[in-house]
Amino acid sequence: MRGAQELSRTGTRNSAARLDNNTSRLYNHIVMFTDPLNATFAALADPTRRAILARLASGEASVTELAEPFDMSQPAISKHLKVLESAGLISRGQEAQRRPRRLEPEPLAEATLWLEQYRQLWEANYQRLDALLEEMKVAKKKKQRKGRSR
Amino acid sequence: MKNRLEVTTPTDREIVMKRSFDAPRQLVFEAYTTPALLQRWLLGPPGWSMVVCEVDLRVGGAYRYVWRHDSDGKQMGMGGVYSEIQAPERIVSTEKFDDPWYRGEAVGTIVLTEERGRTTLIQTVRYESREVRDGVAKSGMEGGVATSYDRLEEMLSSKGAVTS
Repeated sequence: MRGAQELSRTGTRNSAARLDNNTSRLYNHIVMFTDPLNATFAALADPTRRAILARLASGEASVTELAEPFDMSQPAISKHLKVLESAGLISRGQEAQRRPRRLEPEPLAEATLWLEQYRQLWEANYQRLDALLEEMKVAKKKKQRKGRSR
Repeated sequence: MKNRLEVTTPTDREIVMKRSFDAPRQLVFEAYTTPALLQRWLLGPPGWSMVVCEVDLRVGGAYRYVWRHDSDGKQMGMGGVYSEIQAPERIVSTEKFDDPWYRGEAVGTIVLTEERGRTTLIQTVRYESREVRDGVAKSGMEGGVATSYDRLEEMLSSKGAVTS
């Protein structure tokens, strides 16, 4: 493929064997170079896809594992994964059965991803705080009733 | 989602979080400043529990938090000093982690406003520099992303070059 040849000439000198193994990465880079910003930004524009990327930053995961937090069918998640793969943001592992997805960090805009991770971390804290505040409100009401009935 | 958390970076040194709660701000303020209550919610990623929680709530007083991971006992501690306290609406303090992930101290500000029994929180952390802020936001997370806007621009602008 012409694009791949150009890349080989100007960039690394891969042996034929290594070129095969890296082909998928090269295809991803080709996509990036022909329409780089659009592909990445379109991929990142969706909150579900950003959440998938944030999850993968903690380690690779199978499609089932990725689908779990969303109220979404596996085919729907797979569509998102295809968009992320086309943009070169994730790749597939080689395990025959599972084909786990892993994050390809180079193309990512750092600001978007770490903010999403930071947000998820604090959202978990604040959800616990929500529950605690409910308890505190109940306790406060009980205390006020006790005070009135004296 | 009514109470969704917003995280933004209005300047290159700050992280600002905005979140609403279905509770009067007096209760939110208490949850933020009472050790027994803090230990219930200020935990971070799953598996960590707060084993030390000390709060000396006065200007010039210190606070200290230590978390321990349930599986391997690894500890993470932080603390600081209060510089402003206006109950129930404002707290300003310094923040520093024991493991020096970052240079210097950060300054944390909490502002609580209440309307019709609901509280809006704006929590700001200001770091010494952009590099420090970006480093802190990534550290402590498993994995993390090792790239930067600069690198992305570099890669995109050097046409024909293969990055590895």
